[in-house]
Amino acid sequence: MSASLDFYLTQMKTAIVVQFQYRVANYFYMIGMIAEPVVYLVVWTTVARAQGGTVGGYTAEAFAAYYIVWTLVRNMNIVLTPYAWENRIRQGDLAAELIRPLHPFHFDLAYFAGWKFVAIVMWLPIAVALALIFKPALDPTAGEAAAFVVALWGGFFVRFGLLWALGLVTFFTTRVSAVFELYFTAELLLSGRLAPISLMPQWVQGLVNFLPFKWAFGFPIEVLIGQLTPAQIVTGLLAQAAWSLFGVGLVWLLWRPSLRRFAAVGG
Amino acid sequence: MNYLRLAWLYLRVGVLNELQYRANFFVQLFQSLLALGTGLVVLGLVFGHTNELGGWSRAELLAVMGVHILMGGLIRTMIQPNMERLMGDVQRGTLDYALTKPADAQVLVSVREVRIWQSVDVLMGLLVLAAAVLQLQGRFGIWQALGFLAALALGGLMIYSLWLMVTTGAFWVVRMENILELFEGIYHAGRWPVGIYPDWLRTGLTFLVPVAFAVTVPAEAITGRLTAQTLIGAAALTAVMMTAARMVWKFGLRNYTGASA
Repeated sequence: MSASLDFYLTQMKTAIVVQFQYRVANYFYMIGMIAEPVVYLVVWTTVARAQGGTVGGYTAEAFAAYYIVWTLVRNMNIVLTPYAWENRIRQGDLAAELIRPLHPFHFDLAYFAGWKFVAIVMWLPIAVALALIFKPALDPTAGEAAAFVVALWGGFFVRFGLLWALGLVTFFTTRVSAVFELYFTAELLLSGRLAPISLMPQWVQGLVNFLPFKWAFGFPIEVLIGQLTPAQIVTGLLAQAAWSLFGVGLVWLLWRPSLRRFAAVGG
Repeated sequence: MNYLRLAWLYLRVGVLNELQYRANFFVQLFQSLLALGTGLVVLGLVFGHTNELGGWSRAELLAVMGVHILMGGLIRTMIQPNMERLMGDVQRGTLDYALTKPADAQVLVSVREVRIWQSVDVLMGLLVLAAAVLQLQGRFGIWQALGFLAALALGGLMIYSLWLMVTTGAFWVVRMENILELFEGIYHAGRWPVGIYPDWLRTGLTFLVPVAFAVTVPAEAITGRLTAQTLIGAAALTAVMMTAARMVWKFGLRNYTGASA
């Protein structure tokens, strides 16, 4: 137990040191990412103004808060892309990873978790700049802020587990991009990334409760901007735990059958 | 004329090369359809809450979306592949092979690559535009069509100039891949008419990264908003940017010492 804790800490430290070296690359990436929420924010603010100030329960300032928190959640949501498996298999990296005594899942989880600390530190100045420009209405209680920290990492675990499991599809077919693109499109529409869930039609709002996407993305945002009751927050955290377990369970179930399809490449 | 023949030749070779990989057509078609579906859902979502956005109706925004897809397809078919190859050549030191050829190097590096399957988006954009024009009901005539083509060509040239200037930066900063992400992020903003953005952003999208001229202005032509002043302004800015790109390119070449053996 203490050995694996030690492993996690070391791997996270390594990730932090490595990623801090690529500060400029990380920043380019982040700034490119900022365009997306700013566009959504402007569009919905314009709609809200045209509708006399609010739409779907959001004012211009509430939208600003939503999309600024959005940028942090989006950064926390970046996990191992399922496309990475293609390279791992083709270039033989996987063969080397399999020799290690620990499941590769742990390596990736610890690495990305460490990287998140770099992302958070680098995100802060961007958040300050966005807040100065768009003047968000953000006034969370201490309880909401605490719940947000948990929900933020909860979202990371949900998405990490599910996408890791999804990546295993690569072992079974070479036409993976169609599967992944479908998943990402569904995620874009149903997670709260495109627009807050409360702007969606009623039936979609019901549907998203039973899918993982909202729990990884929209839910943490709604916690911090004060859209949820304490009961809803607890329910959401439980949903995150359930989907995290579901992801880990999928990995556990699929890992052996996947490996059986794997013929090692490289030396 | 010689350069046109050269470009045509490269185009033909590139197309023949890509036509070997037919399956990629279906991959591209699938991706384009998903993107189109997403775009239509967003449009439906926005207009489920309002009747107009910054003075543009639903049909007019459909036209903006059509131009955005069309121009995106053009960029990914003709401009981006060449600039990616240029960056790669600088990194690997293989640019020397292009520089030693007896033709103008700028023309050469701008026409070497074509990714013909990406032009699925060009067709898709045209279809969306046709649908938008039908919904706009009869405000579209020969003058609008000519204005649209002129605006589209000018916008394309501006985007090319910007890409060339940025890519020339690879002569100094060798690793430039993340520029791609940055450009894609900013181009995303062109999905909506630039008039809805706050002043500082609109100015940036007009003069710094000319998304306004590449997408909004051609869409203005289709929806009958294009004024002669705008078109003349676009022509002037295109001339300025083409000249600047030429100068930056020449300056970059002078600083380039080569890397190959």
